[in-house]
Amino acid sequence: MMDVGPFEILISALLVIGGVFALVGSWGLARMPSLMTRLHGPTKVTTLGVGSLLVASMIFFPAIQGTYSAHELLITLFLFLTAPISANMIAKAHLHRQGRHIDPNPMDDIAEGLPDTGLGTGWATFQGLDTDQLNIPR
Amino acid sequence: MIKKLLPHPALTVTLILVWMLLANRLTVGGLVLGVVIGVVVPILTSPFWPDRPKVRFGPATWGYLGLVLWDIVTASFQIAMIVLFKKSEDLRSAWLVVPLDLRSPEAITMLAGTISMTPGTVSCDVSSCGRALLVHALDTPDPGAEVARIKRRYEARLKRIFA
Repeated sequence: MMDVGPFEILISALLVIGGVFALVGSWGLARMPSLMTRLHGPTKVTTLGVGSLLVASMIFFPAIQGTYSAHELLITLFLFLTAPISANMIAKAHLHRQGRHIDPNPMDDIAEGLPDTGLGTGWATFQGLDTDQLNIPR
Repeated sequence: MIKKLLPHPALTVTLILVWMLLANRLTVGGLVLGVVIGVVVPILTSPFWPDRPKVRFGPATWGYLGLVLWDIVTASFQIAMIVLFKKSEDLRSAWLVVPLDLRSPEAITMLAGTISMTPGTVSCDVSSCGRALLVHALDTPDPGAEVARIKRRYEARLKRIFA
């Protein structure tokens, strides 16, 4: 019988948890009713799934292989930088397709009108940014 | 003199760290090369960031990072439960408008990114004057309370970091 230490158990548990979360995130992507609701699964649940796999990898190399690896930290960093941005890009494209009635399937109440900004101006996706009012140095 | 040589100390430290992580081993040669990159790149790119915001690297910053990480973990459990057990008809998804007290584009970007990573909300758009965020919530019984939570939990802390 193979020797099973505490590290093996911990690593296996992390791998299983990570796999389950990645699966649930993808299932959310498949089963949710509209694009905006679909965005929620991959931005959060899958992030935790991948994070859990990366932690498992970070424990595996020092504990079992006797080497160390720090690439996981970089992967986490880039994941955190890119996940919100890609979600934002998808949402903006969706706003355009719905707001301009290009998409034949109305959803997420965008075609009926987004909530008012409450400031007398529109949303940047449709009106562009008013750089005079932003705090951007030129 | 120091100011000229290191126009952006935080970027220098980040570049050295990322360089070391990319190399994936600790050697003196790698560290020297990392330091050279960390010094040269901020000097070359400093014309690109006039008037960059002052970021305080103190307990508030690390506390914020920890809070966001913790919220990502709890958020994932909440969303996983919704995905697995909640019927699509019962979802109370809503659009939220978050009025902003933050003014610098960098701080607003941080807030938008945080909102996208944490419980049940994805930030979608900013108003053309840059003073409100459009946020989509997956399942919220009370949109007003959700907006108040975002402002209290994240924006108030970011205001202290981006002073």
